Amino acid sequence: MTTSAVTFTSAANSLPIGRTAGETLTIYLKEAKYEFLKNLRLRVYALSVISFPVMFYVLFGLVLNSKEAIGATTVPTYLIATYGTFGVMGASLFGTASGLAADRGLGWLQVKRASPMPPFAYFTAKVILSMIFSTVVVCLLLILGFSFGGVRMPLPEVARLLATLVAGSLPFSALGLAIGYFVGPNSAPAAINLIYLPMSFCSGLWVPYMFLPKLVRQIALVLPPYHLSQLALGVVGAGTHESAASHWQVLIAFTLICLGVARIGFQRDKGKLYG
Amino acid sequence: MSATLAVMQSENRPDVRPVVASLEAVSMNYGAVRALRNVNFSVHAGQVVALLGPNGAGKTTAVKLLLGLLQTTSGKARAFGADPSSPANRMRTGAMLQVGRVPETLRVCEHIDLFSSYYPRPLPLDRVLSLAGLEKLRDRKFGDLSGGQRQRVLFALAICGNPDLLFLDEPTVGMDVESRRILWDEIRRLVDGGKTVLLTTHYLEEADALADRIAVINQGEIIAEGTPSEIKAQTSGKMIRCITKLNLATLLELPGVNSAKQDREAVEIRAVEAEPVVRELLTLDPLLSGLEITAAGLEEAFLALTQDRGQNNNREI
Repeated sequence: MTTSAVTFTSAANSLPIGRTAGETLTIYLKEAKYEFLKNLRLRVYALSVISFPVMFYVLFGLVLNSKEAIGATTVPTYLIATYGTFGVMGASLFGTASGLAADRGLGWLQVKRASPMPPFAYFTAKVILSMIFSTVVVCLLLILGFSFGGVRMPLPEVARLLATLVAGSLPFSALGLAIGYFVGPNSAPAAINLIYLPMSFCSGLWVPYMFLPKLVRQIALVLPPYHLSQLALGVVGAGTHESAASHWQVLIAFTLICLGVARIGFQRDKGKLYG
Repeated sequence: MSATLAVMQSENRPDVRPVVASLEAVSMNYGAVRALRNVNFSVHAGQVVALLGPNGAGKTTAVKLLLGLLQTTSGKARAFGADPSSPANRMRTGAMLQVGRVPETLRVCEHIDLFSSYYPRPLPLDRVLSLAGLEKLRDRKFGDLSGGQRQRVLFALAICGNPDLLFLDEPTVGMDVESRRILWDEIRRLVDGGKTVLLTTHYLEEADALADRIAVINQGEIIAEGTPSEIKAQTSGKMIRCITKLNLATLLELPGVNSAKQDREAVEIRAVEAEPVVRELLTLDPLLSGLEITAAGLEEAFLALTQDRGQNNNREI
């Protein structure tokens, strides 16, 4: 009798392994549910993502300037579009990048990758989280604007604005994934702010675009928040009459570039022992 | 009749059981650091195999290769005969890794619920909680748990999918004695149920207590492999400890003595066999006291093995 070892070859393939579509959907939903709960209970995330745009809006749109107008649009209406963009961007960046950087850097992502979790479920959950919080921020701005700023928009316009801004969270979620793959857990918040804040300013999210210096206005043309805010302003009637398609094209291209960068980071991680 | 007996005997030998996970001629480099050098290693079904080695020996690298989290620089890592990163394999595998962070705002039951959903036939939540000793901590948030409790949650996540193959990377690091014993009991129960376990540790006692087979790894190479007794037998001899008036020079003259050293009030003598030495000692010094005779433990074997080889390898840190 020989003592050579017997190896598993076809055993693995003959077992009924695989998931039904329903089981896969359950995983995606659970992943998203727990990602949401996890961040909701992290009061720092929930509060900062929601309160900064709301505070700025209340201050600049309701307390000051509420009777002013920019062109044909009242300030409170105008600022819903710009601070809505700002809020969506923050929700997406902080929802994806800091969580991803921490999970990577401290080994939790490896535990999840070692499990049968479909990798896509992890990223989808973060994107859904960003979209949920984006929706919350924009709705709060709308409520405040309607209640205290004299904002009046027909319902279809409200729906279009919400849809535009929430769809616009996707490019920033992609940016967040790209950032999250290249920064460490402790430097993530700083790195995010280094990108988020200057980009917001230069895109005309705080000081309206037409009041920015000429050089800055040139820079804005390559910045995604500029394009998203122009789309949002277009919905409320304050746009600059450029075609919406051109703005969407820039955002889509930007999303693809970020996803490419994220993928490079993903591959790079496979060569590392920790992270 | 004798042919049947031979068949029965060889089927009981662990080498004939199927190989569940293996590294074949695997080398792994991180830049200039050679973490694994041409390693051949396999885990057979139904065994507990311990990969024992000091920190930085390459244990975690080996585990991550077998989990498909890393790709080899050369050679093949296999689990269930296939690429370790295939989803089919992952559904039969559970892993407890060393992590710096686990989401702290989720509850124990929520963590387990999520991980269980990844597997096709997970264990019921109550069973997982009881196997990991977490019944009372079900609704506690992870951030509110002690170190030992956190390790048990990580263990629960590894077993919740009822996997056939379990990887435990330094599972009891940082745990107190009682928690460690509880976890050992849980591991033993799992193995009795037919699971295969690959355990890495630098705790010699742990390898000795749990493993059917130990592979000693140091600086990226497997330097010894066998049952705990076989590994211990690689350093021959006994250790004799006593309090005596005899000086070290006299002790070294005794038959079969390899070394003698002072340890506080007593002396420690290492010898090939204890009995001739003890006879001489008692003759020479009838007032000798505190006599202890022990077999060279796994610790001695381990130190001897790793120090011997350590001098031969270059390694950049």
